[in-house]
Amino acid sequence: MDLALLKELNAERAARRAAILITDTADGRGQLVREGDEISGDLGDAVRRAFRSGKSGLAEIDGRELFFNVHVPPPRLVVIGAVHISQALAPMAKIAGFDMTVIDPRTAFATEERFAGVALRAEWPEDALKNRPLDAYTALAALTHDPKIDDYPLTAALDAGCFYVGALGSRKTHARRVERLREGGLSDADLERIHAPIGLDIAAASPAEIAVATLAQIIEALRKRDLAGGLRMRAA
Amino acid sequence: MEASSAATDNLDPLQVAETWKSGGRDVAIATVMETWGSAPRPTGSQLVIDSEGNFHGSVSGGCVEGAVITEAVDVIETGEPRMLEFGVADETAWRVGLSCGGRIKVFVERLG
Repeated sequence: MDLALLKELNAERAARRAAILITDTADGRGQLVREGDEISGDLGDAVRRAFRSGKSGLAEIDGRELFFNVHVPPPRLVVIGAVHISQALAPMAKIAGFDMTVIDPRTAFATEERFAGVALRAEWPEDALKNRPLDAYTALAALTHDPKIDDYPLTAALDAGCFYVGALGSRKTHARRVERLREGGLSDADLERIHAPIGLDIAAASPAEIAVATLAQIIEALRKRDLAGGLRMRAA
Repeated sequence: MEASSAATDNLDPLQVAETWKSGGRDVAIATVMETWGSAPRPTGSQLVIDSEGNFHGSVSGGCVEGAVITEAVDVIETGEPRMLEFGVADETAWRVGLSCGGRIKVFVERLG
């Protein structure tokens, strides 16, 4: 590998974009591959598998021994609403390896006491997301039920191509939400990407159970995301 | 997920490699390419070494770093990459000591 290639790789990683550095173990020659690059044949298959699994490893391709070093940004979880479900979700998300942030402008909810050790922003999502924008390796769960708080980040998450977008609320609440967001200019294809009612259907009842169902759905979205179609990133 | 740490982290080996090389130091990168059994660091883990033997990162829990650094200084001189193997099956490597009982393959290359 040369310095120019390393700089390219580090730039991809700093920008939170997935990349694979493929090294030929015979001569150390490197090649940088980005997610969505079109590569045919066995190499292409191996690249897609590596992006999907996030696992690095050796592979024998066309008589060459190649090492795939997969650099996938650590997944983030942004939760809108410092509510009871979020309190249960915080320790679970941490164990599962997510870097979780809670955003809620209501200072009665967003207190250090209720969220000890959790990254907490007592601000409007419009402001909090400006400092740390959403991206394709971020999941967003909107849990306040309050359109004033939830609607903006839901739209922002769909725009940013977040790998998961979920919203709490009954089917009725969600139907009204869909109407509002459609009027706001979102397409049906966008709106269908919102998981609502939130969480896998395990008949979760308590806040902690809803947190389990939600986290499971987020993990499913992360592991099964559609790589063939790229990350559905919208053109900026 | 064996996700890499953020590239902005100043403890990140590849970030350190870029900084060192850009600052005029000769640098080698060692990468864990394969593991068997209970290996202390997962595949893809990296160690960065300069020609003085300064290093950053890890390819094991400290068991084989010494040997890797010695080889890396050679690799920096010759420019020829090499694949190292450590584990219980190899008497020499055992003396170096992957006492956890695992086996690892480490690729060492010069950053050109």
